[in-house]
Amino acid sequence: MSGSKSRRNYVAPYVRDTPRSGIREFFEIVSSRKDVISLSIGEPDFVTPWHIREAAIFALDHGATSYTANLGTPDLRQAVSDYVRKSYGVKYSPESEILITVGVSEAFDLAIRAVVEPGFDVMYHEPCYVSYPSVIAFSHGRPVCVETKRENDFRLTREMLEKKITNKTRVLILNFPTNPTGAIMPRKDMQEIAKLAVKHDLVVIADDIYAELTYDEKPASIARMPGMRERTILLNGFSKSWAMTGFRVGFACSPPELTEAMMKIHQYTMLCAPILSQKAGVEAIRNGMPDIADMRNEYRERRNFIHAALNEMGLPCHMPRGAFYAFPYIGDYGLTSKEFSFRLLNEEKVACVPGSAFGASGEGYLRCSYATDIEEIKEAMKRIGAFVQRLRKR
Amino acid sequence: MDEFELLKLLRKNALESPANLAKMLGITEKKVKAKIAEYEKKGIIRGYQAIINEDQLDLERVRAVIEVKITPEREGGFDRISARVANFQEVKSLFLMSGSYDLLVFVEGRNLKEVASFVSERLATIQGVISTATHFMLKAYKDQGVMMEVKQEDERLKVSP
Repeated sequence: MSGSKSRRNYVAPYVRDTPRSGIREFFEIVSSRKDVISLSIGEPDFVTPWHIREAAIFALDHGATSYTANLGTPDLRQAVSDYVRKSYGVKYSPESEILITVGVSEAFDLAIRAVVEPGFDVMYHEPCYVSYPSVIAFSHGRPVCVETKRENDFRLTREMLEKKITNKTRVLILNFPTNPTGAIMPRKDMQEIAKLAVKHDLVVIADDIYAELTYDEKPASIARMPGMRERTILLNGFSKSWAMTGFRVGFACSPPELTEAMMKIHQYTMLCAPILSQKAGVEAIRNGMPDIADMRNEYRERRNFIHAALNEMGLPCHMPRGAFYAFPYIGDYGLTSKEFSFRLLNEEKVACVPGSAFGASGEGYLRCSYATDIEEIKEAMKRIGAFVQRLRKR
Repeated sequence: MDEFELLKLLRKNALESPANLAKMLGITEKKVKAKIAEYEKKGIIRGYQAIINEDQLDLERVRAVIEVKITPEREGGFDRISARVANFQEVKSLFLMSGSYDLLVFVEGRNLKEVASFVSERLATIQGVISTATHFMLKAYKDQGVMMEVKQEDERLKVSP
């Protein structure tokens, strides 16, 4: 065989054509710099509360090193059932309606794979978490994005969805509070969306990973609304609520046939979530509710501060009601969000993720994470303020 | 705003500017100043101090905790004796305790001898003091919620989705 012949590309075209996450390139540049204040981290700056870490150590000490049931340990499924009943007011059976997963990331993938057939339309709202369109595409679904806007505090309305709905639309993804905008949904709007989902017989995948982190009001839970429980896959986990990102443990709650479908894929691909993480999860739910309250209070103070500081320096920013991101508008300076954040990094050593990483409708914005120590946030705000002032003078 | 939110923030950092406190709490700077003045006036805020890692300084100083058993007085209970003990300038903190002793006394002195003589000459001789047990402190790991040595490294990736 001749070596000069160009080799066949072994990568499947649909994977080859999937772009890398928009933050990847940015990550590499930021990582190579020193003394950068990073407001671009999408995970809590708190360490997992000690009693939860201690529970994992205790489990390890006592030889918890095996596989678990595919669905997850009975203890954790019971704990999740109790937790979801208490905080959402919806009952899920620990025997047949709860699946413990490797983070919500896996749960989301399972949910999509379980319900999407090639050629189906899957709707999601944008700006959004970086993985939605790609995960949909991996299942050969068609990602259909619905733009949310600042004028509307990045909320979703029934009208916006109706404009994009087709006879191929089968699935709707909701992520409130939203990464990267911090938006939440008022109950009334959510009820309208529920009605729409019932009318068009949609499956709703609710990525509720930030549900515990809302600062002004409790979020409206769609699974509770009329006709919704049977068509909702509720996803949540421990990463944000209890600062347990590295434990990689989450869960999906849904009616038995959906749970069974997701379990089958999970069984053949992941087998089960790590046992130590599951043990830690039980401790988090059973004894960790006060931890959430403490962290929430601290996030709220930082949110208030960052929101006030950004608006004061002339970067208009809606009040983020949940998650831990501020999403200021930076489109008044003749720079794209990428240019803005690269120059901010070069000139002031502050890293914020360009809004365009979260979809085309994020262009003109910057994601500033306040999962960062308040002292760092203060310094970052000073530096961004100085940067903006210089831009204005030109 | 939670009634105690401002106090919690001051406890974390008493040097925080009223302007920043106002932003964090979502209230006006004027209100922050008024609240602080009110707390000070009412004696809820009793002072502001730096938390110092003395082990890093070459100080000629020892610290000790003393467990003290006392007989409560017919009128005055534990309070009168406690007030007498608290008045000594060697005494930095003083608490009435449940359990096998009554008072827990935190004292400071220049050296072992000074503390020992405070205990034997001043403290133990007070009428009503039944016994004392003195423990010298060797090293501070954590004081008033602040770690004295280890600074937690941020192991997170610099950018994550």
